[in-house]
Amino acid sequence: MQIVISEERIDPWQTLSQYPAPAGYGATAIFIGTMRDFNQGDDVTAMFLEHYPGMTEKQLLNIVTAASQQWTFEDCLLIHRVGEVKPQDTLVIVAVWSKHRGDAFDASRFIMETLKHQAPFWKRETLVSGEIRWVERNSNGYSQ
Amino acid sequence: MSIKVRYFASLKDQLGHAEAELAVNGPLSAREIWQQLNPSVSLPEGVLTAINLEYAQLDTLVNAGDELAFFPPVTGG
Repeated sequence: MQIVISEERIDPWQTLSQYPAPAGYGATAIFIGTMRDFNQGDDVTAMFLEHYPGMTEKQLLNIVTAASQQWTFEDCLLIHRVGEVKPQDTLVIVAVWSKHRGDAFDASRFIMETLKHQAPFWKRETLVSGEIRWVERNSNGYSQ
Repeated sequence: MSIKVRYFASLKDQLGHAEAELAVNGPLSAREIWQQLNPSVSLPEGVLTAINLEYAQLDTLVNAGDELAFFPPVTGG
């Protein structure tokens, strides 16, 4: 299992191709979150991702551990970007390797939805107008 | 002994600082600590709190040496 908070730009495909896949897997579920150039009807030119160092890593580990207690998987890679980002930049990667697709799909969705609801990250957007605003809308978390 | 308090995101901007320190003689709830440090600012609706990097409730007691954080709903991913 690997959990990474990255201040550097992420190339998801290179990252995934270089990651050592575990033995004994038959399914890989991959989610890649990308920064949009729009939000709530406005054009967005840049974003800053703040986080709570220390708590972020702890919460992400809690989330992946909770997933491993509900589903069986061989390995998980979780990377989240922080700092200044631009549209089309990768914000998050969740990859789960499992023997079967059901566990891979369900565990990856649980990790992603719970991350959005619990992990201490905050987005501050810069709009095309120059206005800067914090994103305030929260996610409801995982539901089956 | 004191409690270290941290603020994040819009809350940090609203208060104008990221950290504060409160000297205490005994345990206080997170809510009481907010009121002592920010007497003129109501606790924002939906504010979240963490003690020593784990989520907590506003009524949870905080001890000297703990790190307490207040922050708005999270928006990562």
